[in-house]
Amino acid sequence: MALFFRRSRSYKGSMFSKFRWGRRFGALFNENRGPWGGGGSSGGSSGGGSGGGGDGGGSGGEGGGGGPRNPWGQPPRPRKPGRGGGGNVSSIDEFLKKSRDRFGGRFPQDGRPYWLYGLIAFLLLWVLFTSVHRIGPQERGVVTVFGRYSSTMGPGIGFSWPSPIGGVQKIDVENIRETKVPTGGDTENLILTGDQNVIDLAYSVRWNISDPALFIFQMAETEDTIREVAESAMRSVVARMTLDEAIGAGRSDIEARVEQAMQQLLNDYRAGVAIQGIAVSQSAPPEAVNQAFLEVSAAQQQAQSYINDARAYALQLTARAQGESAAFEKVYAEYRAAPEVTRRRMYYETMERILSRVDSTIIEAPGVTPYLALPELQRRQQQGQQGQQGQQAQPAAPPQQQQGGR
Amino acid sequence: MGRVARNPIALAVFAILLLILVGSTFAIVPETKQAVIVRFGEPQRILNRYLPNDRFGGEGAGLAVRLPFLEQIVWIDRRILSVDLERQQVLSTEQYRLQVDAFARYRIVDPLRMYISARSEERVSDQLRPILGSALRNELGRRPFAALLSPERGQMMENIENALNRVARQYGAEIVDVRIKRADLPEGTPLDSAYQRMRTARQQEARSIQAQGLKQAQIIRAEADAEAAATYARAFNQDPEFYDFYRAMQSYEASFISEGRQGRSNILLSPQNEYLRQFRGRGPGPGR
Repeated sequence: MALFFRRSRSYKGSMFSKFRWGRRFGALFNENRGPWGGGGSSGGSSGGGSGGGGDGGGSGGEGGGGGPRNPWGQPPRPRKPGRGGGGNVSSIDEFLKKSRDRFGGRFPQDGRPYWLYGLIAFLLLWVLFTSVHRIGPQERGVVTVFGRYSSTMGPGIGFSWPSPIGGVQKIDVENIRETKVPTGGDTENLILTGDQNVIDLAYSVRWNISDPALFIFQMAETEDTIREVAESAMRSVVARMTLDEAIGAGRSDIEARVEQAMQQLLNDYRAGVAIQGIAVSQSAPPEAVNQAFLEVSAAQQQAQSYINDARAYALQLTARAQGESAAFEKVYAEYRAAPEVTRRRMYYETMERILSRVDSTIIEAPGVTPYLALPELQRRQQQGQQGQQGQQAQPAAPPQQQQGGR
Repeated sequence: MGRVARNPIALAVFAILLLILVGSTFAIVPETKQAVIVRFGEPQRILNRYLPNDRFGGEGAGLAVRLPFLEQIVWIDRRILSVDLERQQVLSTEQYRLQVDAFARYRIVDPLRMYISARSEERVSDQLRPILGSALRNELGRRPFAALLSPERGQMMENIENALNRVARQYGAEIVDVRIKRADLPEGTPLDSAYQRMRTARQQEARSIQAQGLKQAQIIRAEADAEAAATYARAFNQDPEFYDFYRAMQSYEASFISEGRQGRSNILLSPQNEYLRQFRGRGPGPGR
């Protein structure tokens, strides 16, 4: 048995670990005789076979009893009952003897052994526990008889056949489960949109069980299926949208369409699942291009600020035009009352204000201008330009124009 | 009988033997399994076989009887199973690369054939997986990239499903559904160039938004200018000649005296200047 064990082990482990394990187990068999006990060769080989795969707990015990002894083991000793299947004839005998001594007074020796009562009590308890079921308000019980579906129990106390015949599987139907995509949380879930852009989309699917029997019997990996169906539906819906729709106004549309598509598919599978809703928790451009998207919103802000500036300018300009027109109209009203006087008054007042505040006023005779020394002018920083202005300003005085006959 | 009852050991052994006999004669076939009864390796009959449109709680599942020790039961899943395809790189007609994840759902409808040809569900999945991969590549390779994203996908999936179904039938399986779970641009250059395209598209949008803003701003300004001009014209047109004088006065004042530039202008006046008319002694008066 130990040999067999070692050989099967050596395929997997290194030489070192094989050796250690082998020795340890060998020692175990020799001294404690382990769960295999002092079993015969038939029990030994089957135990060793299963033991090679793992711990093999005591499957060899069944075969224990007759046959040649395990060459490594010591001769079987009486063991305490309790662990290990059929056990040893002599140990059970001993146990029975002891117990009989203990309970001797209580049970009459009328041929009905006390263990029959134990068995009956056990069976009663078994029937009680396996045939009465308390179904919570959020639960349904799927009842099977010999594995065949018979009915679905509503909330309350329900009865079924006891265990090996009947079976009840409780399913929480009210609990709304949530399946998140992507699972990780920090990874991007990139999806191609219809205009061949990429968006990062995170969403969750809320669902519950609409038909417990279908849910149990119809599909192998229902939760994985829901996730895959969600991904598939989401992608086919997003593939029909443009980027702007998908990250903007189209979100609720996406949710509705995915929900519909998923429900349709799951109904086709007859999965017994009801989709309660899709919640898109994030729908954004991928990290790598986010900057460019921010630029767009910055541009929108900037365009708005251009427009605001222009509006401010417009308001200012209009107000100024209105103000100046109003001022003109006021003056004009006065002017019409006494044109000549008003005109002269305005002329003189203006000239007065100007001439009193400019630097110098020189009266020249015609023809002397070229010879005139103007030392002050040399000092001026903006001499040239202003000098020209001054000269140009000189000749044309409005009253002369008016004299010209207008 | 009395002797047996008095000898609990014999009773226990008898009970155990009975249990073993019962256990190897009767089997419970659950709703989720199909069973092939095999006698010495030769399939005898099928229990709880899947039939379309049957309901749970029908004749199939339940207690099954077999010859003890002679017949064995091979359990085969009756539920819908799945084949997941790991990421596949697929080329479209324009040589675009795509990473595709797909899955197929199938159900074993002919357990006997499946038992003969594949023995276990895992092996059916293993057999179907490469077929699904090649069907996918074939079908997608015949289409432009845009078709992958379009509603035309339905037709494509149907073709893949048909191709897969032909193979699946050999294993006693029936494809319920084939879907593309993900279709992504592969990491690296394709994804980067897609990002680049998105980026430039956004920049273009940003610029056009700015330009639109500028345009609108300009229009607003021009409208304001026009309105101001209209306002001025309405007022000044009452007497253009007086306006000329009035505005000239304002203009002289603004040009010659402005705050901060005081004393920087020089004005040379000719004695003939109108302003000095009275200065010269009573010169020729104004016309009126």
